[in-house]
Amino acid sequence: MSAREYDVVVVGAGPAGSITARFAAQGGAGVLMLERDREPGIPVRCAEGVSRAGIEPYIEPDERWIAARIEGARLHAPGGHFVDMTHVGTGYVLERRIFDTELANMALRAGAHLLCKADAVGLVHEDGRIAGVKYRHNGELRTVRCRIVVGADGVESRVGRWAGIDTAVALSDIDTCCQYTLAGIETLPNLCEFYFGNGVSPGGYVWIFPKGPDTANVGIGVAGHLAANKAPREYLDEFVARRFPDARINYIVYGGVPTACSPRHISEDGIMLVGDAARQVNPITGGGVVQGMVAGEMAGRTAAEAIKSGDVSRRTLKAYDKAWMKALGNTQRTMWSLKERFLKMDDERFNRLVSTFQKVPQEQFDLKSLFKEAIREDPKLVAEVARAFLVTKIRGK
Amino acid sequence: MKVNSSLCDICGTCVAVCPVDAIRVSEFCVHIEMDVCTQCGNCLQVCPARAITVEGDAS
Repeated sequence: MSAREYDVVVVGAGPAGSITARFAAQGGAGVLMLERDREPGIPVRCAEGVSRAGIEPYIEPDERWIAARIEGARLHAPGGHFVDMTHVGTGYVLERRIFDTELANMALRAGAHLLCKADAVGLVHEDGRIAGVKYRHNGELRTVRCRIVVGADGVESRVGRWAGIDTAVALSDIDTCCQYTLAGIETLPNLCEFYFGNGVSPGGYVWIFPKGPDTANVGIGVAGHLAANKAPREYLDEFVARRFPDARINYIVYGGVPTACSPRHISEDGIMLVGDAARQVNPITGGGVVQGMVAGEMAGRTAAEAIKSGDVSRRTLKAYDKAWMKALGNTQRTMWSLKERFLKMDDERFNRLVSTFQKVPQEQFDLKSLFKEAIREDPKLVAEVARAFLVTKIRGK
Repeated sequence: MKVNSSLCDICGTCVAVCPVDAIRVSEFCVHIEMDVCTQCGNCLQVCPARAITVEGDAS
């Protein structure tokens, strides 16, 4: 491996990192991705559900990474009632190991380089500026020189911290998760299922994402501040014993999903953060693949322009912060306020909300008619939702 | 704080909630730097695999 210098080094080759690398390389920058594991996409720490409209700007649909096509969602209230949402857009359950590899390959075809088994351990500073990344490879400490470092290093990100950006999240802003890939079960074709309730999953939910007619990702996220006395796996075991008593467990995976308010400060001189590293996750659903890809495009374009202009200071890079806030960051802040409200809801409120939704005809199942019905049934809840939106707006100014 | 490496899934959830950046994750292990750790207990509470214990604790 030569000691060649790159313009941009991307730490992490997940979806956010690979899209950043692709767009930076397309913009003319010399790009290297450093991946800690043996190859992109493994191990899979993801429920693998994404919206079709969200990912299609970035990749052509391919049967190799589509495990199942999703037409809607079934929401289960604690009291046993459920409501189907079948007019809210379509989606896929992915094979992330193939999906991530394909996204990395697209970055490589755009001219980026990839080095696996390369574990970033620190930044190189020179004259007060970012000058490269230190990493371990085959037991050897190495350095690669560059002008911009992109932290796409996931929930466990440290790139931001090395650069003085505090990315630590509060206990109430992380979901502690456990997921089984179950086989020998019967799934609902084309529907993702969600179970809510404080007995099922305090501050979070249980998900069933079908990967085929007899297999599914079945997992749980529990809000971190409510996880002291019982591990997520204990809740999941109880759920699986009730719903899928004859299931076989093929895979077990653990993970953490940030459900934080979108930070406004995600770049520094010579530093940018994308994806889970920048806490770019919908705090209500926990979905972050599309967010990371959208942010990756913005970060990649901004990085390429900064390299061209010769100015990689925060003055130039903060165009990325602003573009992110405008595209999805402000929405995430609103969602976070709503999540704070949901965290305070008891099971009775969940039940009322779902019975409210049940009265809305499927073809009219949009936000407007939901609000109309909800105002009739539970004015207090609507007032709280409205307040959550308002608070976000005021904070945003 | 002590990481039981046979339980740890190396998911990195602990790193995100560490207020003092005392935790490192590599491909094969998680390491808590005890001279930086303030014993706040955040990592212990969110560890989904329950792989972190207080050192000296029999459990």
